[in-house]
Amino acid sequence: MSELLKVDAVSRSFGGVKAVNSVSFSMEDGEIFGLIGPNGAGKTTLFNLIGGVLAPDAGSVSVLGEDVTGLPPYRVVERGLARTHQIVKPLNDMTVVDNVVVGGCFGREKLSLRAAEHQAHETLALVGLDDRAATLAGHLTIAGKKRLEVARALAGNPRLLLLDEVLAGLNPTEVERMIGVIRRIREERGIGILIIEHLMQAIMNLSDRVLVLTFGSPLAQGTPEEVANNPEVIEAYLGDPDMAEKLMAES
Amino acid sequence: MLKRPTLWIIVAVIAAFAIAPLLGGVGLRESLFLAAVYMVLALNLNLMIGYTGYVNFGSIVFFGLGGTIGLYTITVWHWPLWAGMLAAAVVVGGLSLVLGLGILRLRGAYFALATIGVVEATKAFVSNFDPFGGSTGMYLSFTSYKPLGGPREALWVIYFLVLFMLALSLLLGLWIKRSRFGLGLFAIREDEDAAVVLGVKAPLYKAIIYSTSSLLPAMTGVLFFFKNGVIQPDQAFDLTLSIEAIVMMMLGGQGTVLGAGLGAFAYEQFRGYLLTSSTFASFHLVIAGALLLLIVLFAPGGLMGWIHERLPRTRRVLE
Repeated sequence: MSELLKVDAVSRSFGGVKAVNSVSFSMEDGEIFGLIGPNGAGKTTLFNLIGGVLAPDAGSVSVLGEDVTGLPPYRVVERGLARTHQIVKPLNDMTVVDNVVVGGCFGREKLSLRAAEHQAHETLALVGLDDRAATLAGHLTIAGKKRLEVARALAGNPRLLLLDEVLAGLNPTEVERMIGVIRRIREERGIGILIIEHLMQAIMNLSDRVLVLTFGSPLAQGTPEEVANNPEVIEAYLGDPDMAEKLMAES
Repeated sequence: MLKRPTLWIIVAVIAAFAIAPLLGGVGLRESLFLAAVYMVLALNLNLMIGYTGYVNFGSIVFFGLGGTIGLYTITVWHWPLWAGMLAAAVVVGGLSLVLGLGILRLRGAYFALATIGVVEATKAFVSNFDPFGGSTGMYLSFTSYKPLGGPREALWVIYFLVLFMLALSLLLGLWIKRSRFGLGLFAIREDEDAAVVLGVKAPLYKAIIYSTSSLLPAMTGVLFFFKNGVIQPDQAFDLTLSIEAIVMMMLGGQGTVLGAGLGAFAYEQFRGYLLTSSTFASFHLVIAGALLLLIVLFAPGGLMGWIHERLPRTRRVLE
């Protein structure tokens, strides 16, 4: 059985800035893998390199054993990847359900229109948007749009889901709800999830393993406990030596 | 049938176009002929602008080049009309597919500018290409109308052929709108980057729709200039008509089949009135410009958009 995702020494520069510098990691099927780091550490760039939005300058990416390095996003989607955007990109002038149908029709399974429509309501129910199905996507609240991003990505039945700050900008109740959704996705569908998040409590709770990036380079990798107790990580990102205990205590 | 009446509205429209001139005579037929031609142009332009969100200022090139190729095969090679139409569709469709793969890499204003370039370049080429008659164009001899039963009968045959093109344009628009392919186009219109990440093969889709939107205008161009008896580059590649087609489509409502059709029909009636009233000759372009400004400012969705906004339920009813 090959790994779900293998990122091997991937690098990308913009002008003189090394946005992502030789990052390697791999994920197993059904694993939740956290990606954390300060702003500008290269997390979203790494997502773009994995998803095909950007091509890496060096290194390779493979999904389920197939090399996807440099392929356009719609080809990477065929291999089983789906993602959400940090800055939401709803298809504004289309209904919520049609947004999800797009995900189903063009995602990994390339469903027929009818099958995608049939399945869309199930997916909307999973993220709790089923009562807004006929609303125009542009009319949703920001929390609604974040959930729509997740539903749309899930609609194609991906094997690997990339979540880019789906909790940012949500209030505590909405955060709770979204964490519940992410758990259910893993439990019910067994999808591997790569998640970028600034909410430490959430990421420590959800993730099986965590990778910390600073200035484009990997700083540490391991279980949430290991990472939170790593002195370098504390200095570069967490800022509080007792963070680990606090986070674990809260969960 | 009552839930999604668009198909039946289309059937009714075609029936009305077919029956009206039989009752109303030749004058009405000529007015409806021009309306049908404009409707074909606006409906196919709608596939690009309304469905895919790519502003094509140069849609007239399909009509003009189609007419040029059709008339060339008819006058020089003595092909029958149907073969000329087919040749126009194949050549124009093929060229626009290749061209589309190239210029559709551009987005927004750059794409729009490129489409103007395509019209001007094609016009310059045809004007200087001797086999197509250069700037004086090509003339049809009366014998060309013989297979259709003579000049007078030919006018009726051509009217019904244009009506057939209109029917195909309406059905094509509706079929694409309801299809998986159409859904991909709408996704591109709303946010191309998001669409690509969702798995839509945007480069291919855009080239296919650009080419598809050229087929019926190309064949209609053959019919129009066959009826005209003459084709000249200045008239065939008239950028003004290209822009008027945008006004027609925006007026009725971009992205909707009924809107684009209705907008073109209304615009032609209105234009016909202005052209025939002596005070306003050529004044229609001033009006068209002002109209476009008003639509973009106050009702970017046109008539259908206005209705859809006030009655959201009509979105699925008036397609």
